[in-house]
Amino acid sequence: MKKYDVVMIGGGHNGLVAACYLQRAGLNVVVLEKNDWVGGAATSRELTPGFLYSNCSYVCSLFRPEIMRDLELPKHGLQVISYEGGAVFTRDGDYLASYRDHDSHRREFARYSKRDAEAYERYARGVTRQCRFIQPLLMRTAPDPFSFKPRDISELIYLAKKFGEFSAAEMAATLRFWTMSIANFLDEYFETDVIKAYLALSGIIGTALGPMSPGTAYVLLHHYMGEVDGSVGAWGYARGGMGAVTKALASSFQASGGTIRTGADVSKVLTRGDRAQGAVLADGEEVLGNLVVSNADVKRTFLKLVDEDALPERFVHRVRHFKMRGSSGKLNIALDSLPEFPALPAGSACIRGDLHFTDSVERMERAYDDWKAGRWSADPFVDMMIPTTLDPTMAPPGKHFVSCFVQYCPPKVEGRDWTDADRDAFAETVIKQISDYSPGFRERILHMEVRTPREIEQEVGLTEGNIFQGELTFDQLLFNRPVPGYAQYRSPVRGLYICGSSTHPGGGVMGAPGRNAAAEILRDLRHTPSNKMSLAHDVI
Amino acid sequence: MTSFDAIVIGGGHNGLTAATFLARSGRKVLLVEANDALGGVARGYDFHPGFSSPGLAHIVNRLDPEVAAALSLDDRRSEPAPTVVLSPTGRHAVLRGGYGEVIDGVSQEEAKRFKELRGKLVFQATILKRFLRRRPPEIGEMALADFATLAGAGLGLLRKGREESRDFLRMLLMNVADTADEYLTDDRLKALLAFDATLGIHLGPRSPTSLLGLYYRLTGEMRGVTGAQVVANSGGRSAAAAFEAAAIHAGVTIRTGTPVARIIADRGRATGIVLSSGETLEAGAVVSAIHPKSTFLSLTDPAEIGTGFRRAIGNIRSRGNVAKLDLALERVPEFPGAAAADLSGRLVIARSVDHVEEAFNPAKYGQFSNDPVMEITLPSLSDPSLAPSGGCTLSALVEFAPYALADGWEKGKPAFQKIVLETLERYAPGLGDSIVAVSLLTPADIEERYNLPGGHWHHGELQADQLLVNRPVNAASGYATPLRGLYLASAGSHPGGGISGLPGLLAARKVISEKRA
Repeated sequence: MKKYDVVMIGGGHNGLVAACYLQRAGLNVVVLEKNDWVGGAATSRELTPGFLYSNCSYVCSLFRPEIMRDLELPKHGLQVISYEGGAVFTRDGDYLASYRDHDSHRREFARYSKRDAEAYERYARGVTRQCRFIQPLLMRTAPDPFSFKPRDISELIYLAKKFGEFSAAEMAATLRFWTMSIANFLDEYFETDVIKAYLALSGIIGTALGPMSPGTAYVLLHHYMGEVDGSVGAWGYARGGMGAVTKALASSFQASGGTIRTGADVSKVLTRGDRAQGAVLADGEEVLGNLVVSNADVKRTFLKLVDEDALPERFVHRVRHFKMRGSSGKLNIALDSLPEFPALPAGSACIRGDLHFTDSVERMERAYDDWKAGRWSADPFVDMMIPTTLDPTMAPPGKHFVSCFVQYCPPKVEGRDWTDADRDAFAETVIKQISDYSPGFRERILHMEVRTPREIEQEVGLTEGNIFQGELTFDQLLFNRPVPGYAQYRSPVRGLYICGSSTHPGGGVMGAPGRNAAAEILRDLRHTPSNKMSLAHDVI
Repeated sequence: MTSFDAIVIGGGHNGLTAATFLARSGRKVLLVEANDALGGVARGYDFHPGFSSPGLAHIVNRLDPEVAAALSLDDRRSEPAPTVVLSPTGRHAVLRGGYGEVIDGVSQEEAKRFKELRGKLVFQATILKRFLRRRPPEIGEMALADFATLAGAGLGLLRKGREESRDFLRMLLMNVADTADEYLTDDRLKALLAFDATLGIHLGPRSPTSLLGLYYRLTGEMRGVTGAQVVANSGGRSAAAAFEAAAIHAGVTIRTGTPVARIIADRGRATGIVLSSGETLEAGAVVSAIHPKSTFLSLTDPAEIGTGFRRAIGNIRSRGNVAKLDLALERVPEFPGAAAADLSGRLVIARSVDHVEEAFNPAKYGQFSNDPVMEITLPSLSDPSLAPSGGCTLSALVEFAPYALADGWEKGKPAFQKIVLETLERYAPGLGDSIVAVSLLTPADIEERYNLPGGHWHHGELQADQLLVNRPVNAASGYATPLRGLYLASAGSHPGGGISGLPGLLAARKVISEKRA
């Protein structure tokens, strides 16, 4: 029977990133993916003829440029188109435009408030400064503060030195920033509701937190430190949908000799003695390997795929209490023509960016209150995009694909499981919200796919439908992610590693967890990773 | 012109503590207080003929042992008070000793689980406590003593083992709801943790970092027992009176009814104060034990402190969340299910974590809940002088009452009062019929009465981003301020509010450590 060097469970973007690095280091890697396609939450699928849907994730920016370069993704077809801006529609029929160009952006703020326009300069400087703090942490394994291994200690010293470059006042400001809510942070700069609402969104997308929850200012960084073509903070569409990212990864992987098996649903990690030796598929087939890496989330990996007896009790307790409550839903819509927004001037570039219908922080927070109570909100927060305005490959000529990310959407409805009727009612709420600002939107719909946390869990395998494979709260970041003592991609089972977004630095189609996991595995195998892998670069 | 070594502005318990320690170091100290009486929020007040309240702070649970010893505040007569978590069904849970060392009314398994969680939290709070009893470390230029504190904390952690240490760093900034869920099943106990963690703080139990509030409570002790509490005025002596007596004994010159108009500053140095009467007083050091916002936004010349600093002070979040209710009652109320002896403790109305969370939700939007959570004491049971014979007083801290009520408190207060009394009636039937008088202080009233911007009893939100090196703001976190010779000593400074005396003590130490001008 063929034995691989590495068996990768799950072909999401992090699994593929790790697989690419390992294969390129000379190991023989097989990727086992339960679906008939790879990509996990970064896929594009044709669910209705002629339309490509970015089913789950829908924008590209956080993906680390180092990885793109290392794995030659552009050569394998990845192209990111940055988009211009966006708009927040206000209830009084006006809108706030956003532009990539800093000066245009400031001018638009000035239309609402001169003070806010001035504050925007201070704000942008402040946030950029905070990015400098977080950036060096992304592409490194988080050191364990309670380990006395030389590597952990030297890593701690490195980070201490890195942070030593900042002044005491800057460090105090960072401490403050990390623990603040995005609402409080914005209150220190701005007075206009709609401007705050526009900026607050980056603090909450994907989280199970409201804009008034402490810690959301930090999440803002998570969405702010992306780059497209070297331009920090920029966002773009992957040409051909988000599946283009994982297609390029798969192509790069296969080009270097890796094997992908789709329709291979792993039901157990195969252990012999105290070592992981491969994976058992649903049909009983065993795929053997010297090492096993799981791209599945930490709960699925250790509570479903591994026997509990093989794990320390404390570890199981911590994994069980790892929080990954789903907080978002998604509507993917095929339209027969471009929707109209009467508030926007004809030909406005704003339609090519992100469109929002929530004009105050309070409305966002109230939607969160509904989520806490186990309901979807009647006034949901929607992040709507029409990528076909820039990428014609995703729909037939003249027609459009619309992605609506909806927050908040509870993992269970008032404590019970989702039903199809719930799902339809949820979709109706969102369509109504959009139609209030875009008359005739409903009539343009040709086909629609609705995803609540239930559908996200069923298809992608994300427990409770949490898109980050675990909430981004302090107790689940850095050396605590996923659980203390196991934040370095290894697990209590020898030979079993994890590489998904449950690990540091977390979710957001960044690829960093996969890359960092590969580095640790190669380290354990005594490969020297540095000549095959770019180290983190400082972008700012 | 009269000259002093130090002038302390504000005669609350922190001002009195700072003044006492400064006077004991041999300095000539003047303390000025705008009000006619000393004691601030720890001062009692009459709210109806024959009925008095022990003050805004009706529980004392964190008086610093060093402050207590130095000021001879320790009152041996006071008994540690139990906490009764009231249940609408009358099946209450009662925590005794230091925060539930013993619990009545819960299952044995639950008591065991609570013991485990309590042990963990108390241990973690002990680690944090090291940082509360000294000046916040100055990052970048840490003194040897700062390293010693850090090393001490690290050793303390490691002594408990690596896994406990890991739990510490994981739990530190968690929310109290998830923590409670991880260990407990009993809604009453979970509700109590949720309530205590958020009392006086603008957070719900599900807000990240809300566990800090509970740690803060557990860093407190009374008579050496961690987490213990006594009802204010127990033994018939108010905390305010004790602080005042200590200051007088130390030789502090005290002037009450003496509002300050401004702090005199010249080329970056504070040299004295001007009273509203126009009188000028000089001093080598000015110690402001009033709210940092009052200090810098009302008393100081903007040109002397700079735009950035002034902006940072303006950004201190300090909007109160708690209303104070005092009731004059004809007789001692009955809380069915609660033993008569336990009524002299603390009674908490919070049914579940969700109840606390839902009571918090409206506060975010400037509204109050129709189903508030609160803690209640019956102070006259511990100090009979507070009520006429046969009568009784009830004191309650009601959450969440937002300072900036959307409709304004003038309009909202009667409705809020009605809700609060109805809630009390549910747990103490017949209470309504025995009411002689009602006094309700909203945060707006508290602001006015105590000259406390925002009516926040901690002089600034006690949240992670306003602690340690960022309390009240980074540039003034070590009690000294950008204005040389001006020091801060109120609860707005590290480590924060509660009747501890620590900000006053640590500020005095800072002044004493400086070279005399």
